[in-house]
Amino acid sequence: MTALVLDTITKIFPSAEGPVKVLDGVSLQIAPGSAHALTGDSGSGKSTLLHIAAGLEPAQSGRVLVAGTELSAQDDAGRAALRRGRLGLIFQQFNLIPSLSVAANLAFQARLSGCHDAAFTDHLADRLGIAELRTRYPEQLSGGQQQRVAIGRCLAARPALVLADEPTGNLDEGTGDRVLDLMLDLTAEAGTALLLVTHSPRLAARCDHRHHLRAGRLEGGA
Amino acid sequence: MQHSVANQAIRATALAVGVALAPTSLPAQGFAGLGTDAEGFATPQRGTTLQFPADHGPHPEYRIEWWYLTATLSDAEGQDYGVQWTLFRSALAPQEDEGWDSPQVWMGHAGLTTAEQHFSAERFARGGIGQAGVTADPFVAHIDDWHMTSHSANGADALDHLQVHARGSDFSYDLEFVAEGPLVLQGNAGYSVKSPDGQASYYYSQPFFTVSGTLDLPDGPVEVTGHGWLDREWSSQPLAEDQAGWDWVSLSFDDGHRMMGFQLRGTEVFTAGTWITPDGTPTPLPDGAVQFTPLHHTPIDGRDVPTHWRIELPEKDLSIETEPLNPAAWMDLSISYWEGPLRFDGSHSGRGYLEMTGY
Amino acid sequence: MTRIALTALLSHWARNWLQLAMLLAGLALATALWSGVQALNSEARSAYATAEALLAEGSAERLDHPSGQILQERYITLRRAGWQVSPVVEGRYTLGNARVTLVGIEPLTAPQGAGPALAAQDLNAFFAGRAFAHPQTIAEIGAHDLDLHPSDAVPVGTVLLDIGRAQALLDTEALSYLQLLQTQPAGLRPLDTLAPDLRRVPAGEGAELGGLTESFHLNLTAFGLLAFAVGLFIVHSTVGLAFEQRRAMFRTLRALGLPLRHLTACLAAEMLVFALIAGVVGLVLGHLLAAFLMPDVALTLRGLYGAPVPGGLHFNPVWAASGLAMTLAGAALAGGQALWRLWHLPILAPAQPRAWAHASGRGMRLQGAFALALGALAVALALGGDGLLTGFGLLAAALLAAALAVPLVLAGLLRLAQRTARGPVAEWFWADSRQNMPRLSLALMALMLALAANIGVGTMVASFRATFIDWLDLRLAAELNVMPASAEEAAALHPFLSDRADAVLPMMRVDATLASQPGQIYAMKDHASFRDNWPLIDPVPDVWDRLAAGEGVLVNEQLYRRAGLQSGADRLDLPGVGALPVLGAYADYGNPLAQAVLTLPQFQAAFPDAPVRQFAIRTSDAPGLTASLQEEFGLSSAQITDQAQARALSMRIFERTFVITRALNVLTLSVAALALFAALVTLAGMRLAQLAPLWALGLTARRLAGLELARALVLGALTMVLALPVGLMLAQVLLSVINVQAFGWRLPLQVFPGDWARLALWAMLAVLAAASLPALQLARQGPADLLRVFSRDR
Repeated sequence: MTALVLDTITKIFPSAEGPVKVLDGVSLQIAPGSAHALTGDSGSGKSTLLHIAAGLEPAQSGRVLVAGTELSAQDDAGRAALRRGRLGLIFQQFNLIPSLSVAANLAFQARLSGCHDAAFTDHLADRLGIAELRTRYPEQLSGGQQQRVAIGRCLAARPALVLADEPTGNLDEGTGDRVLDLMLDLTAEAGTALLLVTHSPRLAARCDHRHHLRAGRLEGGA
Repeated sequence: MQHSVANQAIRATALAVGVALAPTSLPAQGFAGLGTDAEGFATPQRGTTLQFPADHGPHPEYRIEWWYLTATLSDAEGQDYGVQWTLFRSALAPQEDEGWDSPQVWMGHAGLTTAEQHFSAERFARGGIGQAGVTADPFVAHIDDWHMTSHSANGADALDHLQVHARGSDFSYDLEFVAEGPLVLQGNAGYSVKSPDGQASYYYSQPFFTVSGTLDLPDGPVEVTGHGWLDREWSSQPLAEDQAGWDWVSLSFDDGHRMMGFQLRGTEVFTAGTWITPDGTPTPLPDGAVQFTPLHHTPIDGRDVPTHWRIELPEKDLSIETEPLNPAAWMDLSISYWEGPLRFDGSHSGRGYLEMTGY
Repeated sequence: MTRIALTALLSHWARNWLQLAMLLAGLALATALWSGVQALNSEARSAYATAEALLAEGSAERLDHPSGQILQERYITLRRAGWQVSPVVEGRYTLGNARVTLVGIEPLTAPQGAGPALAAQDLNAFFAGRAFAHPQTIAEIGAHDLDLHPSDAVPVGTVLLDIGRAQALLDTEALSYLQLLQTQPAGLRPLDTLAPDLRRVPAGEGAELGGLTESFHLNLTAFGLLAFAVGLFIVHSTVGLAFEQRRAMFRTLRALGLPLRHLTACLAAEMLVFALIAGVVGLVLGHLLAAFLMPDVALTLRGLYGAPVPGGLHFNPVWAASGLAMTLAGAALAGGQALWRLWHLPILAPAQPRAWAHASGRGMRLQGAFALALGALAVALALGGDGLLTGFGLLAAALLAAALAVPLVLAGLLRLAQRTARGPVAEWFWADSRQNMPRLSLALMALMLALAANIGVGTMVASFRATFIDWLDLRLAAELNVMPASAEEAAALHPFLSDRADAVLPMMRVDATLASQPGQIYAMKDHASFRDNWPLIDPVPDVWDRLAAGEGVLVNEQLYRRAGLQSGADRLDLPGVGALPVLGAYADYGNPLAQAVLTLPQFQAAFPDAPVRQFAIRTSDAPGLTASLQEEFGLSSAQITDQAQARALSMRIFERTFVITRALNVLTLSVAALALFAALVTLAGMRLAQLAPLWALGLTARRLAGLELARALVLGALTMVLALPVGLMLAQVLLSVINVQAFGWRLPLQVFPGDWARLALWAMLAVLAAASLPALQLARQGPADLLRVFSRDR
C-alpha cells in the first residue's frame, strides 16, 4: 500500500494583495520504505504541503491518503489517531515536552499510540547515541541531542511514514549531517517511508527521490 | 417485649396517678415510680369512716385523687351519646402551699362520644394560684372554665345537684345532674383494695344521677337526657408494680340495680366490684367473683383494644355481652386510654360506661 | 492514552511547583474567606432560631400591657374564661458575674417549645428551682446558688426557670406577658371585651433578630465575596500563565496525535482535581477562621442587637457542600477562559508564550469602555438608588470600574515616565515596565481592590470611632447610674438621692411600636445635662423648651431616618399618648430599636405604672454617694455604675464590633500580596530571556535584580496612590449609604492620613516581600544560566 498519496492538492492563503495560491494542484505518491526530499525557496509552500500531509492543516481541494486512509473523511479525533499510529513528525524546533525527562519523551508517542516496546526504544536510544542522557531534561541538552531525542520519539512508535520539516535547520552543518545520516539509516532499517522538507540541495541529494516546489507546482520527481 | 410491657405499665400508672404534666413529649418514666412508691404521702387505712361534705374536697396529703363523672345520654330522636368529665389531682409533695409554690398539679379531661365521633380535650393547671381546684363547701371543682358546681338545697348532700360544663376546641356541654339515690361506699365501707398485696384507695360513688342538658357539637346543639355516675377516689399507691392496666365498667340495669366492676391486669388478674340495689345498698364482690372475657378487639392507632366484653357474675346468675356506642372512643391525650358508653344484653340489659387503660 | 497525556500535562506542575502552590493557595484562600464568613452567618442565624424556639415565639401570639406588666389575676381571669394563655416573666438579673435575662415559664400551660420540653425533664425539680442556661452563659456566670443545668436549647445570656422562682428572684408578683396558644376553644368571650387594655402582638413580632441583624450579615457576605473575588484573581492569573507556558506542549501533543477533545477534557479534569483539593483545604481553613472570629462576632451581635449568639461553632454539612460548590464555580470561572481558548486554538498556532491578558490596543480600549460603563452605572445608582442592596450594587460597580481602570491608568503613567526618562537604562526600565504591565495587571487590580477596601473600611471605622467617642462622652454626663431592684426600692431611693445629689434624673421607659417598628418610649426630665450635651439633628427652634412644654417628642436617628420623618412637619403616633409633633432627632449609636423621648410629667401621666429602671445622678462626690448607697440601702455593686465603667463597657462593645471587619481586611490584603507574589514568581522564568541581553550589555545580575525590585515597588506605590480616592469613595458610600441602611445612622467622613501612611508602609512591605524571592533568584543567577539563554533556541 502506498504510504502517502497527495492528489491535486490546492491551498490558497489570503494576503493583503489578495489570495495567493501557495499549492496549485500538487500530486505526489510515496511508496513504503522510500525516502523523498522536498526542496524549494523560503515561502514556496514546502511546510504547508507537509502540514497538509500530516492533517494539521486542511487543503482547499485535493485528496490526502495516509496508508490508504483519506484524511478529509476523518474528524479531528480520526486525524489525531492517524498521526498517533501511522505518522511520525519531526520539526525544526524539536518540540520535546520540557517537563518530561529524555526517557519519558522517547517513549511518549509509542505509549500514546499503545505500541510501546521498551527494548526497541532502548535500541533506538543506543543507535542515536543518547542512552546516557535518559535521566536529563530537554533544557539540559544541546540542539543536536534534542533533535536526536525527537527522532527517537518519532521512530519508537514505528510509523509508516515520517514527515520531517527542516530537522537540521537549527543545527550546525556537522551536527546536522550526523543527525540526518542517523535518520536516513534508521528509517531505511525500519522500512519507513520519509518525506524530508529542506532548503538544502546537498541534503536533498541524499534521498532516493527529489522534488522541487516552485510557484505552487512540483518539479522533478526523479 | 419486656420493654413494651414496661411502657404499658408506665402509661397506665401515669394515668392512675393522674400526672400527665406538660402537654409535650414527656418521658413518663419519671413518674412511673409514683404509682408504687408512697414515701411521705398518706396511705388509705382500713376502717376509716368517710366524712361528708369534707371528703368531697381535695386530700393534698394523698398523691392522687379524682372527681370522675360519666353519663349515658339520648336525644329526642333516640340517638345515644356519652359524656365524661374528670378532674385529676396529682401531688408532687404531700401538702398544699400558696401561689406558685404549690406542689399540686391539676389535669382535666373531657370526652363526648357519639355513634360516629369521639371528642376529647384536656387542661392543665398549677395549684395555689386559683386556676384550678376543688372546694368542699360550697362544692365547686374547676379547671379553667370547666367546672362541676353544686346547686344542692340546704341540708342535702353537696353532690345531689350538680351543674357541669366543659369545652374543647370543637365541642362543649352544659349538663345538670340530679341524684335519685344515696352515695354508695365502694369496697369495705369506702376502702377499696386494688391488689392481693394490699394496695388500696378510698372510693365512693354517686351512681343514681338523672341527667339533662345540652351538648354543643359541630353540627349544632342537641338536647339530651339520661343517667350519670360519679366516682370519687384518692390514694397514694393504687397499683401493684406488676399491674399493667385495668378494665372498669359501671352498669345501670333496666330494673334499677347498679353494678361497678373492674379487673386489674398483672401477673395475675385481680377483680373486684360492687353490686348495688336500687335503694343504694352495696354488696362488695371479692376477687374472682366477676369474670371479664374479651369478645372482640378493635384496632386503634396500632393498638388492639378489647371493645366488646362478656361479663359474668355467677352468684347473681349474670352473664351479659357489652356493645360500645363507638368502638373508637379513644381519649387521645397526653395520657391516652379508652373511655366510652355501652349497651349490654344477655341475662340482663341496660347501659353503662367502660374504661380501659394500659393498652 | 488519557493517562499518558495527563502525565505530560501534570509534569508541568512538578517542574513548576511554586506555580501550583500559588494556584492551590489562591483557590484555598478564596474558599476559606468565603466559607468562613458563611459559617459565621449560618451559626448566628441558627442561634436566632434557638432563641425564637425557646418560647415558641415563632408560633405564639402574645398579650402584653403598655406598662410592660400584667397582674397575675388577669391570667387567672382569662384562663377561667376559657382562653388558653400561658404566663411568662422576664427580667434582667445579676447572677454570679453576669447580667442575664431570667425567663420564667409555666410548663403546664406553655405552648410546645424547647422551654416546656426542658422543664418536663424533671417537673418536680423544675418546680423546686432547677434552671437551664447555655453552657457558655454558665461559664460567664461563674459561682452562683441556683440549681443550674446546661442546655444548648437556651439562648446565650438567658436563664430559663420556673415562673414562681423567676418572680421571687426578680422580686415581682406580676407577669411580663401572656403567650396565646394557637388553638383556642370555640365560643369564648372575645378578648376585646374581656381585656380591652391588653395588646395582642402577632406571632413573630418582638422576635425580629433575623431582620435586625440581616444588614450585619449582608456586610459580612459582601466582604466574603470581595475576598473571594481577590482570591479568584490569583487563580485566574496562575491558570492563564500555566496555559501560556504550556502552549508549545499542547501543540506537540496534538501533533503527536492527541485529539483536541481529550486534551480539553484532561485540562478540565486537572482543574477539577485542583479545585477539589483546594476546596477541601479552604473549607478546613474557613472553619478555623470562623471558629477564631466567632467569639467576636457573637459579642458584636449581642452588643449591637441584643441577639443571643453563643461563641462556639458547629460543623454544618450543608455549609461545606455549598462552600465546595462555590470553589468549583470559582475555578470554572477562572479556568473557563483558558479552556475556551484551548478549544479554539488552531493546531499550528505560534508556540511562543504570548502576553497573558489584553496586550493589544483593542483589548485595552474594550477594558476602558467596560470601566467607563461600570463607572456610569455606579453614578446612576448613587443618584437614583435607595436601599441596602442598591448600596452594595453601587459599591460593586464602583470598585470593579476602578479595578478595570487600574492597568489603563498605570500604562498611561508609565508612558509619561518613559517620555521624561533620561539615559538608556531609565528608558529601558520604563519601557520594559510597560511591556510587562499586562502580565501583572490582574495582580495589581487585586492589590488595588484590597488597598481600597482597607482604606474605605478603615476610614469608616475611624470616623465612626471618633464620632462615637465624642457622643459617648456627652451621653455619659451623669457621674453615677443606679438601678433599683424594685419599685419599692426606687420609691425609697428617690428622696434619698434628691437630698444628696446635684440632680436626679429618673429613667423610665415602656415598650411600644413606633412607626410600625419595635421600639421604646422614654421619659426625660428637663435638665441641663440633656440641653447641653445632646447634639440634635434637624432640631426645631427652641426645641428643649418645646419638649419641656410637652409640645412634641424627640426621636432617635434610627427611627428618624427609617421612618423618613421630618422634624417640625411630621407627627409620630405614640401608643397610649397620641400623635405628637417630631421636634428633632438625636444620635443613638448602637441601638437597634426605635426610640422616642417624652418629657417626664407627660410620660408619667400616660404610663403611671411604669417603674423607674434607673436613676442618672449628677454629683460631685460619686465615691461618697456610692458608699452611702451601699451602706444605707445595701445596693450591690452591680446596681451602681459609674461614668468610667459605663464608658469602658461601651467602648469595649464598640471595639469588638469592628474586630471582625479589621481581621477580614488584613486577610484580604494578604491574599492580594499573594496574588502579586504569584504573578511575579511565574513571570520570573520568562523574564530571564528579556534580561539576559542587558546582562550581556554590561548590567550585573545584582543590578538587574535591584531594578526588578524597584519596578515592583513603583507599580505598588502607583497602585496605592490610585487606591486612595477609590478607598475614600468607598468610605463615603459606607458612611452615608450602607450605614444608614444597615444601622440607621449617618456619620461625617473624617480623614486619617496617618492611617494611610501606615497602610502604604504595609502595602510596600507586602510588595517587597512578594518581589524579593524572584529578585533574589535573579541576583543569584550565574553567568552560565544567563549564557544558556543565548545558546538555547527560542
